[in-house]
Amino acid sequence: MLIYGFLGIPYDFRWSVLWESPHGTWILDGLLTTLQVSAFSWVFAVLLGIFFGALRTVPYRPFRAVATVYVEFFRNVPLLVWLFFWYFGAPEVFPETIRQWFIRHGMEFWSAVAGISVYHGARMSEVIRTGIQAIPKTQIEAGVSSGLSVGQTYRLIIIPIALRLIVPPATNESLNLLKNSSLAMTIGVAELTFATRQIETYTAKAFEAFSAGTLIYLVLCLSIASIMNRIERKFAIPGLIARAERAEH
Amino acid sequence: MNFDWSVIISNAKFLLIQGLLGIGYFGGGTLRLAIPAILLGFCTGIVLGLARLAHRPWIHYPAAIYIEFIRGIPLVMVIFWFWFLVPIFLGRPVPEYWIALTAFVIFEGAYIGEIVRAGIQSVPRGQVDAATATGLNYIQTMVHVILPQAIRNMIPSLVTQFIVLFKDTSLASIIGMMDLTKAAQTVSQRELRPFEMYIFIAVVYWVCTYSMSRFSRWLEVRMSPEKAS
Repeated sequence: MLIYGFLGIPYDFRWSVLWESPHGTWILDGLLTTLQVSAFSWVFAVLLGIFFGALRTVPYRPFRAVATVYVEFFRNVPLLVWLFFWYFGAPEVFPETIRQWFIRHGMEFWSAVAGISVYHGARMSEVIRTGIQAIPKTQIEAGVSSGLSVGQTYRLIIIPIALRLIVPPATNESLNLLKNSSLAMTIGVAELTFATRQIETYTAKAFEAFSAGTLIYLVLCLSIASIMNRIERKFAIPGLIARAERAEH
Repeated sequence: MNFDWSVIISNAKFLLIQGLLGIGYFGGGTLRLAIPAILLGFCTGIVLGLARLAHRPWIHYPAAIYIEFIRGIPLVMVIFWFWFLVPIFLGRPVPEYWIALTAFVIFEGAYIGEIVRAGIQSVPRGQVDAATATGLNYIQTMVHVILPQAIRNMIPSLVTQFIVLFKDTSLASIIGMMDLTKAAQTVSQRELRPFEMYIFIAVVYWVCTYSMSRFSRWLEVRMSPEKAS
């Protein structure tokens, strides 16, 4: 059926392409892969972020320098370039047999995870550094003077407070990670954007396919944002975080 | 693992002139896309930021929905939408450059709009009252009083966003535009030297973005004398 409803341009809508076999499973598998890539990358990015973010604030210059080099180099280069590097470039340093083994064992998935986690780890460590630096220096001094080592002060006092301070920017960054996982399609990971592109290629129904992908990303992002908003309110430190009031304009 | 870094020298002209600057047979070009995208995205962002703060609901809500919608989907998705929609609307094929530029302006405008809103909200309310009291109308108040102060407050986040946009232009290579990333891809497929190629363009991107962030720090100090210490 031809519908002239699309802003006056003839377009034959056929929404059923989205659930017809095998397209429906493509979308579901794609969504699952998106979530897997994002979850793995998120865990690694947060670990890298906490480690290097804390390292950038310690009072030893060489440690700070290492962390600064990591952050400034990895976050200032496009993620896409890193993905190509981890997928095409980095395996070159290994001998042929090891490379073949990688290729047989889902290299594109792990290259994507490596690229996204190292890139977002650098961005995450900036978020965490800002959080740590928002804590007054006296807290560290108080910790050290009550007999804790610098490591203990960080583990028991600074990082727990910083983690709560950074919930809003860290949520933002995590959503960026989720959205950026769509770039994994460029190295052949069959995630959600890849699936929508595949449906478009097979059926030429671009409007339906892209709508499905867009809607799924939108629902994912908005629901994570609203959950995190609730968590933020629950874990806010009374008296320490004044929630920014919207200015009356 | 034996590297041959001379492959960079022999392809530097193609990578930098064609890929980075966009001068050559293929058009495209990272800088040729990034600079208009930054300027137009900034203009779109100011309009959206002001619209989001407007009193009238028919201006306020569309802007808010637009910003939240765009911020909830990946840039690749937006690029694919335009890749598919623009030729249908115009009824003829459109070069990838123009598709990428449209997508970037639409996409980054939403992010810059949020920065502009936050910047305007950071200007004390008394400034608006004072400007109104001296007889300025809404446009005059914005142009002469609020925006100059707001833009100064916005510079750090604004430049961060411009850097993000600059890096995002690499996504134009997905729809086949010949930018730095696409040029490196092309060369590395011919020379079979992906390691050297991607490290090289990583350094080129890094030099551009890092100098942008240094410039922003300099500008920030220069525009707020009270912070210079």
